[in-house]
Amino acid sequence: MLDKLLFGRYIQGDSLVHRLDPRAKLIGAFYFIIVIFLANNWQTYLIMTLFTFLCVILSDIKLSVFLNGVKPLIWLIMFTVLLQILFTRGGETYLELGPISITSFGVINGAFIFMRFVLIIFISTLLTLTTMPLSLTDAIEKLLGPLKRFKVPVHEIALMLSIALRFVPTLMDEASKIMNAQRARGVEFGEGNIVKQMKAVTPILVPLFVSSFNRADELANAMEARGYQGGEGRTKYRILDWQRLDTLSMLAFVVLTGLLLFFRS
Amino acid sequence: MDITFEKVGYSYSAGTPFESRALYDVNLNIPDGSYTALIGHTGSGKSTVTQHLNALLKPTEGSVTIGDRIITNKSNNKNLKGLRKKVGIVFQFPESQLFEETIAKDIAFGPMNFGVSEADAMAIVRRVLPLVGLDESFMERSPFDLSGGQMRRVAIAGVLAMEPEVLVLDEPTAGLDPAGRREIMNMFNQLHIDNGLTIVLVTHQMNDVATYADHVVILEKGTVVRMGPPAEIFQDADWLQKKQLGLPSALAFLDTLSKKTGIDFGSERPLRTEQLAAVLIAKIKENQGNKNVAKEVGGIDVG
Repeated sequence: MLDKLLFGRYIQGDSLVHRLDPRAKLIGAFYFIIVIFLANNWQTYLIMTLFTFLCVILSDIKLSVFLNGVKPLIWLIMFTVLLQILFTRGGETYLELGPISITSFGVINGAFIFMRFVLIIFISTLLTLTTMPLSLTDAIEKLLGPLKRFKVPVHEIALMLSIALRFVPTLMDEASKIMNAQRARGVEFGEGNIVKQMKAVTPILVPLFVSSFNRADELANAMEARGYQGGEGRTKYRILDWQRLDTLSMLAFVVLTGLLLFFRS
Repeated sequence: MDITFEKVGYSYSAGTPFESRALYDVNLNIPDGSYTALIGHTGSGKSTVTQHLNALLKPTEGSVTIGDRIITNKSNNKNLKGLRKKVGIVFQFPESQLFEETIAKDIAFGPMNFGVSEADAMAIVRRVLPLVGLDESFMERSPFDLSGGQMRRVAIAGVLAMEPEVLVLDEPTAGLDPAGRREIMNMFNQLHIDNGLTIVLVTHQMNDVATYADHVVILEKGTVVRMGPPAEIFQDADWLQKKQLGLPSALAFLDTLSKKTGIDFGSERPLRTEQLAAVLIAKIKENQGNKNVAKEVGGIDVG
């Protein structure tokens, strides 16, 4: 069950997208999420879709992988889209039933929101699939760097992020191990009514928390034993290198924004 | 309860880009009442096999027959409880599965999931605690106050409390001290002898295999490469070396001794210390006999 989860996994590769500086990818992904709100008609959505697919093709990763990333969220998307369709008024009315109405505006809005969700998921999946978690935290540390002046503990945030990311798979393994152990002791997950199902979670959560505490303790000790004393005066092993390709990718986003501004209504 | 694997294959994350094959064409048989050792070096698929033994995993190919139930990738997930009660699994580092407020509650958790009343479950707890070397004073204590070794015992007691017919042990003594290790292993062996419990032991300790098991299955790269009684399995030292497995120390000692001194110990292959001692004593006696004969014949010292 857990191993179907795609989020936060990295696929090794050597494509154009893989080689980009993580900072460029991070800025790009965030910018994409903002800029998608500029799109408001079918031409602009078409541009966004084409842009996304160009990125996907450049990443050398199969489209089916991305579609799998959408799957777990499909109910949330469908729910939002349905609300849009049922409760938006305006334009031509196809059906009216009290507060519920299906109108042309609603349908169009629903379709746009669907596209928005899918494209955002595609781009964020692309980001995590092509960037090693550690380089992602490096990028975050670097990008948040200026905030140090405002007493934001940038190094600590980045450290926590990288430790958290590093332990996601470990904790998932642990969770599935504990789940198996409890299933072997007769717990059935995902069966019975909601109260019963929630009760069935305790035998996983308690051991998981306990082992996280133990792990944190051990890790802190191991870090101290290796001379870690905080961010002050530390050097870096991985150094990010901004290249011409990265500048070009940023230019692509400028062009995209230009096109969107030109075509939006 | 017999357990039989027929052409079992298993892939993790089947149908995703992270798919990884763990088992290929596994055919094996765990006879009722046997003490089976499952060995193979790290990553050979031992743990994946153990999870098939009570249908925690379903084979992606082939079928697993557990008692009178046949598990294939098409069989549904309902009513596996009966099966899980009969096949108890002690996972690696089982102390990580403890969660209740008191040890008694934690041990009773398994039986109560299988419909045993609370009073009966407590009776089981009282019966099981001494088996793992703990007494009733532990019942009301929190499992998280215990030492690692004691937590392990509580976790094992939690599985024993289900009163399984087949007990699967995935490296049950990893990280325990020698005394605790011996105690726990002897306890399992006693259950095997007294109650006729079928035991499946996953281990890297060849001495445990030699001491306890009567049936050995060797896995390599997700498939069974050899199966048979330990005496047969440990016959071929070179082959085991090639599979990155070792010999029990009694046998390893005898082979080294034989190589260093050139003495031929014949075809005896002792697996345990007592057997080794017997072989050595026999050799010494034989030599003394020879010496006596030699003396009688011409007074030549052959020692």
